[in-house]
Amino acid sequence: MAKYLLLKHYRGGPQLLPGCDAPMDQWAPEEISAHLTFMADMAEDLTRRGELVDAQGVSPEGTFVRYDGEGRPPVTDGPFAETKDLIAGWVVIDVESQERAYEAAAHLSSAPGQGGRPLHEWIEVRPVLGEMPMVIE
Amino acid sequence: MNEPFLRDLSPQVLGVLVRRGGDFAAAEDAVQEALVEAVRRWPDAMPDDPKGWLVTVAWRKLIDARRSESSRQQRELRVHGEPSPGQTEQADDTLLLLTRCCHPALTPASAVALTLRAVGGLTTAQIARAFLVPEATMAQRISRAKRTVSGERFGQPGDVHAVLRVLYLVFNEGFTGEVDLAEEAIRLTRQLAATTDDPEVSGLLALMLLHHARRAARRTPRGDLVPLAEQDRGLWDTVMIAEGVERLQRALSRDRLGEYQAQAAIAALHCDARTTAETDWAQVLEWYDELARLSDSPVMALNRAVAVGEVDGPLAGLRALDAVDPGIPRRDAVAAYLHEKAGNRADAARLYAAAALAADNAAERTHLTKQAARLNRG
Repeated sequence: MAKYLLLKHYRGGPQLLPGCDAPMDQWAPEEISAHLTFMADMAEDLTRRGELVDAQGVSPEGTFVRYDGEGRPPVTDGPFAETKDLIAGWVVIDVESQERAYEAAAHLSSAPGQGGRPLHEWIEVRPVLGEMPMVIE
Repeated sequence: MNEPFLRDLSPQVLGVLVRRGGDFAAAEDAVQEALVEAVRRWPDAMPDDPKGWLVTVAWRKLIDARRSESSRQQRELRVHGEPSPGQTEQADDTLLLLTRCCHPALTPASAVALTLRAVGGLTTAQIARAFLVPEATMAQRISRAKRTVSGERFGQPGDVHAVLRVLYLVFNEGFTGEVDLAEEAIRLTRQLAATTDDPEVSGLLALMLLHHARRAARRTPRGDLVPLAEQDRGLWDTVMIAEGVERLQRALSRDRLGEYQAQAAIAALHCDARTTAETDWAQVLEWYDELARLSDSPVMALNRAVAVGEVDGPLAGLRALDAVDPGIPRRDAVAAYLHEKAGNRADAARLYAAAALAADNAAERTHLTKQAARLNRG
């Protein structure tokens, strides 16, 4: 088994398909509900399959913070409207193969958008670093 | 209440129930209920025959469950005067249970989880923590696995080699927190070795012992990887090594060689050397040649290239590496090692950096990055 982080982005990554790029505030309210129901169902299905580790959404409003020397308060910056890449949320799964991770990501990408049509959004799949196995030499 | 004692008993009790014809999933539930009752009642009144007590209580629970399900099944199951299981039957039960939990219809991860639950006697919460997943997810993984094997025919013990593959996977998980899965795998393999005379079972047990014995030396206290060549061999557990070597020798004397015995023989040669330079690499290479005849594992072909490098020089090692699939994990790391030995520092640094990017765990990644950094400093 290996863990994979499936990242959903507000923007960033490859070009979205035409007709699938409208922000959510331009959808009908019931289309938003259908999208969120799909996400909840997916988490439930992953649990039933014994694969779900975590699923979270994050606020698009974020702040950049850095160390500014001993005894000084942290420096903050942002938010940056022009940031190219913005994470919307993630699903972490523990699955048998990379192939299965891609299948789960593709399913996540099929979440309904405007008109109930699949969004076809790009999901970024990143392997999570695991434990060192007992036998390597 | 002695918890390890209960953990040893639970698979034996489950084995009896399953052999008497209980459905696997229902029997597992019944054993769990009996254990709960034991924890509650035994502190006040410890039975003379704890196993017999558990079998009786679990069997009653199983029948109660069936009774509420169907009155027809109840008539078939209400059997009186069950014989008490003897030693031989107990051994058969362990094998029967293990082959069921490692049934080929299960994915490797499901087989691992079910084995730890039903034979290892670990709780779902413990297994979940060991694999860093939520308890609800692990509970589902285990119950799916139970459903899968409940539908399979289950008369005779199945393939021992499928069991060995699963136990090896458990061992390789090592230690991720409260439960030491490597030790758990050794415990289960010992149980299996006591029930069957297949020399590959002893071979796997020897392999586990010979790797486990070196565990304290594999990491710094901070958790950094220490490669074999740099390990403090004074930290190796010589008693465990002696047991591994003895078990291996007895297995090899049976003259039925298999992959695990050959891998254990290589591990024994490493354990036998006081320094890397003293390692009998010619014999290591002979065992890799033997392994190549037993299996076409690309990982073994990769490790063989390292041995070729030690015996015939790094250029010969690199030529042996040419035949190894470029997609194999750690191939770049081996190439980097051989290139550095051959004096190609720039190639070695580049390959170590590439290997670090492809590493699937943090300890190896850090180690490989440091190798690249060391070479880049010139």
